Amino acid sequence: MLDPQSSLVMYDEEYQRILVLLEKLLRESNTKVIFLVDKNGQLIAATGETANLDTTSLASLTAGNIAATGGLAKLIGEKEFSILFHEGEKDNIHISIIGGRVILVVIFDQRSSLGLVRLRVKKATNDLAVVFEEMARKTAEETASAGSATSPFAEITDDDIDNLFN
Amino acid sequence: MSFINYASREINCKIVYYGPGLCGKTTNLQFIYTKTANEAKGKMISLATETERTLFFDFLPLALGEIRGFKTRFHLYTVPGQVFYDASRKLILKGVDGVVFVADSQEERFDANIESLENLKDNLEEQGFDIEKIPFVIQYNKRDLPNCSSVEELSDLLNPRRVPELEACATTGEGIFETLKAIAKLVLTDLNKGA
Ligand SMILES: Nc1nc2c(ncn2[C@@H]2O[C@H](COP(=O)(O)OP(=O)(O)OP(=O)(O)O)[C@@H](O)[C@H]2O)c(=O)[nH]1
Ligand SMILES: [Mg+2]
Repeated sequence: MLDPQSSLVMYDEEYQRILVLLEKLLRESNTKVIFLVDKNGQLIAATGETANLDTTSLASLTAGNIAATGGLAKLIGEKEFSILFHEGEKDNIHISIIGGRVILVVIFDQRSSLGLVRLRVKKATNDLAVVFEEMARKTAEETASAGSATSPFAEITDDDIDNLFN
Repeated sequence: MSFINYASREINCKIVYYGPGLCGKTTNLQFIYTKTANEAKGKMISLATETERTLFFDFLPLALGEIRGFKTRFHLYTVPGQVFYDASRKLILKGVDGVVFVADSQEERFDANIESLENLKDNLEEQGFDIEKIPFVIQYNKRDLPNCSSVEELSDLLNPRRVPELEACATTGEGIFETLKAIAKLVLTDLNKGA
């Protein structure tokens, strides 16, 4: 289980593994767009027809949506609703939770179907969960062994901050 | 919590603007939005009522410059200040890296500020955060209005921990970027302490 309180750290190796899994899912489920979002609304990876999509906004609203339905779930005594599905006239959105912390979003049209998406998502979820478990373990190990020395942000100055805003 | 992406060399942080109803949280974000270059900002999303009160949150993604070769991205959120939206406020606080408390300087909002700060403390605790430890700055907003409490008075009451405090007028933009810089610095410095 991923600790929702600790920072998420992703290295290139995991990113590439995640991308491969997302591309496979995209192909096998015949869907348009797939993306992964941290529960806090930060985009982790995206694949498919993303060119005309505002993925940053999508990520934030997806996380808000999961947070709101999670709140609803608690009110009726459920832990969370692990799958959300929104049906549109042309496009549909399938949202599911991986390992308690990461959100998988699949956008599809009539070229696919809810049944197929569900089936493929289930399989991909297990594979992705393994990668995220490893990511969490690696982060924990590095924090424990090297501590603050690994942070690229040691000794930030006022000038650094001012430069950000120029 | 922050997300450090070594693959794209990016760091993402979440900053939440908190405070009583109508204190000017949304106006803070609107000012930042209008004064930020197009390439450094994404779309601002406001989930609001028909009377422009925040219903769930405002969201403004900023992609600022680099620090030590890492692109820094800040995701700014506001909460709905009205008392009865407490369930939504709790949700927005999830995974927060830093909090800006926007106080309404007007004398008649004195109690509302205290109530909102108490509420923040409770809601942070519920998420496992300690208000004494989390990166935190206070903004005294609406300094342009005639019926303001003095900064000393506000500070004594709202800022016993002596975190960075700034005077502001969100409608003209005075103190708005200073506030953002203050919280950005605390958040980035806090990353050193390890996750
Ligand atoms: N005079 C003055 N008015 C301000 C200032 N900041 C905000 N306002 C006004 O106060 C009103 C409320 O501002 P908002 O930014 O919507 O307040 P909010 O904190 O987002 O309110 P909620 O969404 O209900 O929590 C608006 O009419 C603003 O124009 C300020 O510094 N001075
Ligand atoms: Mg608002």
